[in-house]
Amino acid sequence: MAAQVLPVIAFYLFAGVAIAAGFMVTVARNPVRSVLWLILAFFSAAGLFVLIGAEFVAMLLLIVYVGAVAVLFLFVVMMLDVDFAELRAGMAEYLPLGALIGIILLIEIAFAVGVGFASEGAKAIAVDPAPGGVENTRALGLLLYDDYALLFQLAGLILLVAMIGAIVLTLRTRDGVKKQSVVAQMHRTREESVALVTVKPGEGVGGQTGTTPAE
Amino acid sequence: MDSISADLGVALPEIALAIGGMALLMLGVFRAKRDDEPSQTAAAQLILYLATALLLAVGVLVALDGASAGAFDCAAGKDGGRACLFVDDTFSRFAKVLILFASAIMLILGVDYMRRHQMMQFEYPVLIVFAALGMCMMVSANDLMSLYMGLELQSLSLYVIAAFRRDSLRSTEAGLKYFVLGALSSGLLLYGASLIYGFTGSTRFDEIATAVVKLLEAKEETAAPIGLLFGLVFLASGLAFKISAAPFHMWTPDVYEGAPAPVTAFFATAPKVAALALFGRTMMGPFQDMAAQWSQVIAALAVASMFLGAFAGIGQTNIKRLMAYSSIGHMGFALVPLAAGTEAGVSAMLVYLVIYLATNVGVFAFILMMTRDGAQSARLADLDGLARTSPGAAAGLALLLFSLAGIPPLWGFMAKFAAFSAAVDAGLAWLAVAAVVSSVISAYYYLNIIRRMYFAEPAANPLQLGGGVLHRATFGVVALAMILAVAPFQPFNGFGAEEAASRAAKSLTEHRATAAPAKPAPTKEAALGAPAAPLGL
Repeated sequence: MAAQVLPVIAFYLFAGVAIAAGFMVTVARNPVRSVLWLILAFFSAAGLFVLIGAEFVAMLLLIVYVGAVAVLFLFVVMMLDVDFAELRAGMAEYLPLGALIGIILLIEIAFAVGVGFASEGAKAIAVDPAPGGVENTRALGLLLYDDYALLFQLAGLILLVAMIGAIVLTLRTRDGVKKQSVVAQMHRTREESVALVTVKPGEGVGGQTGTTPAE
Repeated sequence: MDSISADLGVALPEIALAIGGMALLMLGVFRAKRDDEPSQTAAAQLILYLATALLLAVGVLVALDGASAGAFDCAAGKDGGRACLFVDDTFSRFAKVLILFASAIMLILGVDYMRRHQMMQFEYPVLIVFAALGMCMMVSANDLMSLYMGLELQSLSLYVIAAFRRDSLRSTEAGLKYFVLGALSSGLLLYGASLIYGFTGSTRFDEIATAVVKLLEAKEETAAPIGLLFGLVFLASGLAFKISAAPFHMWTPDVYEGAPAPVTAFFATAPKVAALALFGRTMMGPFQDMAAQWSQVIAALAVASMFLGAFAGIGQTNIKRLMAYSSIGHMGFALVPLAAGTEAGVSAMLVYLVIYLATNVGVFAFILMMTRDGAQSARLADLDGLARTSPGAAAGLALLLFSLAGIPPLWGFMAKFAAFSAAVDAGLAWLAVAAVVSSVISAYYYLNIIRRMYFAEPAANPLQLGGGVLHRATFGVVALAMILAVAPFQPFNGFGAEEAASRAAKSLTEHRATAAPAKPAPTKEAALGAPAAPLGL
């Protein structure tokens, strides 16, 4: 009994938190809090993924979205001086249009879900997320690195080209940039970097640098 | 059953290109010091020559290679094991030879220009190698996914080299325009691909073909499901963008004009071959049984491109821009035989591509030589009176332009004749008539250049023809080839292009005859694809 009830409770918990957090993302006054709510929404979505047996996507969501994207958002929000009050100024004006689009989207989702569940074969897939007992990390790995190894390598080349492109089109060498040269630092000797200066009382070392103590 | 070494053997040319490209990149990074101009130029030049050698070597390797084979993920018990991600057949090899040699020639002809405009950077040859690799993947693609991957590898490299002169406003504008519109076309293509996948249940070309046959049988009429048709049209739109067929041509004139001259020369040759070959394979492979439907789409694209190329080219004053409209028009002509949807049509399209490629190599070799007051020139007005200052060059260019216009005794006429007769044989006489009419219209601007060269007064400081021996040799040989190709005896007579093209076209269509249709193929995806569904992706 408990084995059947527990997932249901967990589902409604995660789903409820996800919706509430999503709502808070849009209404929170402070943008930093919005991002924090967004992280909570990501966490709840990850929980939902675990519930349907997609543990790999759940972990991906945590690592990529929470770990990288949301943190990046936080940085951007903190560093940019965006006047959010001004951005929100037209809220009442755009609300009807936004609501209309929202309702249309909702109806579309309802149709898609309705048709999706009604179609033959959907039920069979829905009850068994991991056919043959292949957990989905392994299934994805088999597809990516075995069947589609060629495409995987090509994707790597595409990313390489993108990187070359970014460097070619944007990297400029500027004059007068002070850079640290570790090798030069390591090869400094005491003679060329330290000078003993006899400082007269009441005068600074200015103008005397480089003089030898023999003076 | 599929050992990885067998797969690698089939894709050996591509692997050689990939590893070679990466090795050249490493060489460049370690040899060229960023803040030392001379060392950078020297390293870049070395890498450019090595890249040319690599492309030529791989081209020879492809040309020598033998039997057809598929590779990568061929298992899962399909007939003949041909449902692979990657296929190496006579058709793909034909296109690859053209692509690799055209890339090599355009790379080496660009050296002078690059040096003069301080563009000598080692990334340029490396990007060309990767673009060539992408094109090879495109023509060998036997799956919607490998099609897209190859296309993106090629496109991404091309976006970067279009904007390669980053200090020039026009070049960056060209790169940006190409990138934005290219991304849009990728979106169209992907949308089409997803619809096709949704309606046929596979991304593999052979399985799509089987599914199409089944769908047509189920409906007991010739009409395919409307969704599949939509997918096909979107896919065709995405591909039409890549070959710059009207109405997806908007980027072409600006990119051709704005990009550096060697880049324009490259754009006009190899990528066109790759995209058109891919177009041919996509239409004739998985969708051969829907020919009645896509034939109209291709015919519409062809008519629009031919007439747009013919009319819009008339008012141009820049030769690079003119060549852009010329290439739009020529892509229209090349689509005419494809619209026939027959093996002879594909063969005629390939012949057309060979001749288009050769002529463009010649014309762009000339454009790269055009200098005036020490700077690169692309103005048509600079050609005034060229026949008096350098009669040889004028005669050569005139030959090439006559050939582009399709004037009878030249090779360009043979191309058009083969293309149009394939359309007539397939019952598309109206299309052939439209093609002839637009061909006559477009002859106006080719002849106008010849008029300028022979009958206009030369300017005070006439055009100088820069460039080295290589430019002159390429230009001269190609111009001569325009006449020699029509000599009715060996080894001329079209240089064997027709026989090779017909063999290539045969390899594209023959396996369709042997493949047993209407057999549901249980695939690995059926087992492994299932977990993807609940992920909500």
